[in-house]
Amino acid sequence: MAKQHDIPVEARPDMLEAKLPTKTMTLNMGPSHPASHGTVRFNIELDGENIVNLDPEIGFLHRGFEKSCENVSWTQCLPYTDRLNYVSALCNNFGFLSAVEKLAQIEIPERAKYIRTLGAELHRICDHLTATGATAMELGGFSVFFYAIEARDLLWDRIAELTGARLTTSFGRIGGVERDLPEGWIQKVKDTLDRVAELRDEVASMLVHNRIFLDRMKGTGVITAEDAVNFGFSGPCLRATGIDWDIRKSQPYWVYDRMDFKVPLGTHGDNFDRFYLRIDEMKESDSIVRQCFEQMQPGPTMIEDWRYALPPKPQVYSTIEGVIGHFKIVMEGIKIPKGECYAYTESPNGELGWYLVSDGSGRPYKVHCRAPGIPLLGGVEHMVKGAILPDLIPTFDTINMIGGEVEQ
Amino acid sequence: MSSNFGMVTTRREEAEGFLQRMVSRGLGWARKYSLFQYPFVTACCGMEYMAISGARYDVARFGAEFPRFSPRQADLLMVVGTINQKQAPILKRVYDQMAEPKWVIAFGVCASSGGFYDNYAVLQGIDRIIPVDVYIPGCPPRPEQVLDGLILLQEKISAQTHKLIDHAPPEMTVDGKRDLLAGGMK
Repeated sequence: MAKQHDIPVEARPDMLEAKLPTKTMTLNMGPSHPASHGTVRFNIELDGENIVNLDPEIGFLHRGFEKSCENVSWTQCLPYTDRLNYVSALCNNFGFLSAVEKLAQIEIPERAKYIRTLGAELHRICDHLTATGATAMELGGFSVFFYAIEARDLLWDRIAELTGARLTTSFGRIGGVERDLPEGWIQKVKDTLDRVAELRDEVASMLVHNRIFLDRMKGTGVITAEDAVNFGFSGPCLRATGIDWDIRKSQPYWVYDRMDFKVPLGTHGDNFDRFYLRIDEMKESDSIVRQCFEQMQPGPTMIEDWRYALPPKPQVYSTIEGVIGHFKIVMEGIKIPKGECYAYTESPNGELGWYLVSDGSGRPYKVHCRAPGIPLLGGVEHMVKGAILPDLIPTFDTINMIGGEVEQ
Repeated sequence: MSSNFGMVTTRREEAEGFLQRMVSRGLGWARKYSLFQYPFVTACCGMEYMAISGARYDVARFGAEFPRFSPRQADLLMVVGTINQKQAPILKRVYDQMAEPKWVIAFGVCASSGGFYDNYAVLQGIDRIIPVDVYIPGCPPRPEQVLDGLILLQEKISAQTHKLIDHAPPEMTVDGKRDLLAGGMK
């Protein structure tokens, strides 16, 4: 037992501080977490409330898409591409088809190019609305989510009229698009876009003046332009750092070279810039769709090469060439020439690349998808390291990682 | 007369009389209109899940608008999207953590049967690991289909027998002790 005189008489300054030696704590967030859309698990090492280390673990939505594609014909891969980034299926459909057409060296008709462009832009608006609405909801702004979903539902009605499905469209075929625009559809879309613009502005106005929202978004999840490039970022997350890189501008495909649109840029590379950039991009997409309607001329929507396109039914029923063409495509699949290619389009979240290998048979030898979400998810650790735990939520929201495409 | 888990029962309790039937109907009515759901959202169907919780389709009209992200507070497990082999034990654990009475909806074909992902990675239907009350087909189902599935579940709930006190046997280990980790991953 300590004697009385063992206790120091004077109180030194360090004795007056309550020493709370802290250990780091490991927190497991996900894979089914209310504040994260997308199934990903974060192993977070926390020092108090600060993030020391973060390890994202994927694989909870691995569906064997790349392997499944090898077992079906080229056209049958299309439904699998819908379910990669399921918020913007048309961008995936058309991106995949462009890659196949590059491999087969097909030039699709003008009108099909316009339909692809406007379809992709409509779904880009849907994707950005979902990302914005979900971000707001996960930060507590629930009513914003309703406005965004209302706008998205209106657009989905138009998409359903065009493709027959609200969400998983499987629209487009190798060599063009499956069918032309429905009658009276153009005017309906214009009216819908007017209403969507109102809702979009309402969404933006509810958020950009909200102090809580600003405090959580501004200055959090910051990444510099150099780091963003090094991580392989693309799309809105890269442009939010101020780098002017949009594949629609730099390597125009379809009819983007005939469109007059701006590429919105951010300056800080933080969550707010990524959020606001999406709002701006929706305005540009709106204008691209309207320009497509102005410019497009009547014409065929499919190429007339019976090695790639199904012949029209009257020919199938009356000519031997028609029967053979139909039979070979249906029974054997479309024969894509032997070779490999990489093709890329600007999907709502960034560069969606396709690496395809064909061995000349009716089925793909290898399909690989370069999903924009993987580099973004890889960068999350860098973006939130040292920040507090609540900063992870808006950061994960604004990079908008989609489980379906990341898990391949 | 069977012993009801150690409780002393009388013939009066075992027989379902008029009063008990009324109580059961009352409870069924209350339970079917106050479903607290746990949305186990993994994939594409989540987009349609967002649509049904939105203003247009408004699942709140059916008393099931309240998502609880703690399984212990939920009555209805909505499995929305593909469940693969890696996710399956987590789903099982979430289901086991839910308190009785509980119901399960398989939202979309992936949850119902694996859908067109007939391969090495995907669980071919969640009914391989947990019981399912209502299957909603579609890839993804339209919101109307989901609401129809919910109404089907409500009909099922109102037809079930409900008791004021639900006695369930405690899960015992071999040495007779209460297994606190029952239902967890072993």
